[in-house]
Amino acid sequence: MTALLTIDDLRLRYPGRGFRSASPEVLRGISLEIAPGETLGLVGESGSGKTTLGRAVLGLANPTGGSITFQGEDITRLSQKQRRPLAKRLQVIFQDPYTSLNPVLQISEILSEPIVAQGVSAADSRKTVSRLLDQVGLPSNAAQRYPREFSGGQRQRVAIARALALEPRLIVCDEPVSALDLSTQARVLDLLVDIQRNTGVSYLFITHDLSVVRHISHRVAVMYKGELVETGPVAEVTTTPQHEYTRSLLLSAPTADPDLQRERRALRRRLREAAA
Amino acid sequence: MTTTEIDNIAAVSAPEKKRSGVIRRLLKKPLGLISLIVLIVIVLLGVFAQFFSAHDATFTSLQVVNAPPGTPGYILGADQNGRDIWARILVSINVSVISGLIGAGVATLVGTLFGLLAGYVGKKTDAITSWTFNLLMTFPALVLVLVLSPVTGGAYQATMFIFGLFLAPSTYRLVRNLVVGVKNELYVDAARVSGLSNRRILSRHVLYVVRGPIIISVSFLATAAIGIQSGLAFLGVGSTLTPSFGSMTSDAFINVYSYPLQLVWPSVVQALLTSALILLGNAYRDALTDAERPTRAERRAAASAAATRTRMVRARTAGAPDVSSARSLLTVRNLSVGYAQTDGVLKSVVDGVSLDVAPGEIVGLVGESGSGKTQTAFSILGLLPPEAQVEADVLTIAGDSLVAKDSRELRKMRGSVIAYIPQEPMSNLDPSFTIGSQLVEGLMAGMSRKEAKATILQLLARVGIADPERTFASYPHQISGGMAQRVLIAGAVASRPKLLIADEPTTALDVTIQAEILDLLRDLQGELGMGVLLVTHNFGVVADLCDRVVVMRNGQVVETGKVRAIFHEPAHEYTQQLIASILDENTVRTDPAPHSDMRELEETK
Repeated sequence: MTALLTIDDLRLRYPGRGFRSASPEVLRGISLEIAPGETLGLVGESGSGKTTLGRAVLGLANPTGGSITFQGEDITRLSQKQRRPLAKRLQVIFQDPYTSLNPVLQISEILSEPIVAQGVSAADSRKTVSRLLDQVGLPSNAAQRYPREFSGGQRQRVAIARALALEPRLIVCDEPVSALDLSTQARVLDLLVDIQRNTGVSYLFITHDLSVVRHISHRVAVMYKGELVETGPVAEVTTTPQHEYTRSLLLSAPTADPDLQRERRALRRRLREAAA
Repeated sequence: MTTTEIDNIAAVSAPEKKRSGVIRRLLKKPLGLISLIVLIVIVLLGVFAQFFSAHDATFTSLQVVNAPPGTPGYILGADQNGRDIWARILVSINVSVISGLIGAGVATLVGTLFGLLAGYVGKKTDAITSWTFNLLMTFPALVLVLVLSPVTGGAYQATMFIFGLFLAPSTYRLVRNLVVGVKNELYVDAARVSGLSNRRILSRHVLYVVRGPIIISVSFLATAAIGIQSGLAFLGVGSTLTPSFGSMTSDAFINVYSYPLQLVWPSVVQALLTSALILLGNAYRDALTDAERPTRAERRAAASAAATRTRMVRARTAGAPDVSSARSLLTVRNLSVGYAQTDGVLKSVVDGVSLDVAPGEIVGLVGESGSGKTQTAFSILGLLPPEAQVEADVLTIAGDSLVAKDSRELRKMRGSVIAYIPQEPMSNLDPSFTIGSQLVEGLMAGMSRKEAKATILQLLARVGIADPERTFASYPHQISGGMAQRVLIAGAVASRPKLLIADEPTTALDVTIQAEILDLLRDLQGELGMGVLLVTHNFGVVADLCDRVVVMRNGQVVETGKVRAIFHEPAHEYTQQLIASILDENTVRTDPAPHSDMRELEETK
């Protein structure tokens, strides 16, 4: 069984502001693999390059080195035209359900757009739209409404439905639940897991929240300053972290138990004093 | 979830307005309707000119030279060449309308097309087109018109085409700037990932969003084109054979002392035409923005609500019992916040909330979005918008009642007794002033600038900023989000407040930074003995910091208790639900990926 997505020594440097000016590398040689039907959780703090990695896979950022191979096909540097057929196999769910849906389009238009772009007739796409709404647990009358009429959780369901429209093999999820309320968060994560079990889709799940990663990932990759510092099965990485940064990340996340949290705090203090 | 939440709530509290189309809203406005009718009448007069006038516009009769208005067959009289002024006006309307159409049409087409490309495609295209259009702006259009006049034969259509090109930069700049804003929206990224072609993204996602301003600019461009055409004709540039407002005024100008009325007619009609265009454009812009803005009736309702309420917080009942114990730092009893709707009904977002904060105690105010937790905190700070109607039986801070205080007295308290830490540290620092000057400002009331600076430097060092001097002199964009939050904390505790209200102080920060900020807050709280009201939705933060917890839902307090009790034996069903939906640390996903053999393979590598 070959990997669905293989990233090899990926490097990315955003163009500098001035002529020939260099800027620091955002991705400094990232290598990872995702198997079919697997969720790889990508953890890191803001500025670690995790979102950039996702955007590079989607073709929204241009790598300066290395390669991205998807289903045996090199997709590192495709023109936008070459990339269009990929839409069927590679999709995205963004963090902010408020700006990722065009406010002037109806839900049905948002959902049918990718289908129609692949050359499906409008009548067939309508059928698909109602199936999609059903799949993400939205009422079928949602189709004729506008994004502003929905809550954040419902909008994120619409975004998930849009990503599912073309039955992709890989969905890049960029912090899909961090803008949602706690109870909504759990429900949306469960929905994503259900969809994965039913369709065998893979997720590249980008997040800064370790508890979310535990909930959804099979494997976890930890990013720090543009490099992968640790990769492994979720249970191992979150219980016996090898890298110091992973350890500090785990200790920093406050746990929802006052007494456990007190211990954790003390431990973190001790580590910090030992380091200093 | 600070000010935006309030905006959202204010917007939601407005009644569900029927969102009629822009055109219908335009026609509902007297200004829009009248200007549209005037415009249509003028255009129709021009189109059907031959039915409305007895003579041809170029027909001359020596009998009627300079005939006064009312001469049979010559309603407005005749000009110095014995031509029917009315007939000439009707034909001039056509010339003006066509000039407007050509000028605005060319400018809009060229400007929009290149604006879309420059804004969307990339930096290089943007640079080249922007240069070209800037060059176009500096080029003297009139010279080109004169140079080309042998080719164009002085036809006004050709002239307007050229001027249309020179008007294009204004549209180009407008469209380009709008597109640059829309281009980075996530829904455009999503459309690209969906496999849409560039052409489709531009027409469906980008152009659709920026169409409003373009339509408005068309009306101004058309007016400009009409003005240019008549100006040129007045000066005698171009063919003098076609009658137009310009050539008519030019003719009339020669006789201005003997027959001044001849000057009036063309000027009046042209003024009517152009002002109708401009006003229609204005009305359209108003109609576009009206969708988001409250109607006049709603504004009046809000204004009257504000007028009846000169005090920030109203006592619900006169002489309510003062239940604040001497020990309590913050006492809130039966606090309500509501927003008036058009029909006069008060929509309540906070409903009968009571809570206490003891000196040196950290109380967590927990709830999901829309639970009213931020509204509660902001009403204690007295920072709600004027539309908000705040009522309370008791609202006391350190024995000082906030009920019936005016905004000036409240401001004084905010500086000294209460302090506030926001969710978004960056948006709470003014980007145009240095951090030092913003922090010093808050202390200037009580001490000299020098003392204030020394205090602030000391505080910056205290909140864990490595190089206080440098941060003091930095601008907000030069520091990170975590640093900015430290700066704001320093500013908040500078006046040694008794009560600190923190609204999701770590939500925008990374976990590692969050942990440091929480440590800092705990340490400072211990040193200064402040009471803290911590608004958050993060139970980890609550577990880390709080002594007591107040759980809110739909504007009401559902449960209050010690932090351990809330976590270990939550009494209310809703609290139980909330606690249950916390993603447990000990449960990790265990079902294997379908191709786990590949994983093992990798692990052995």
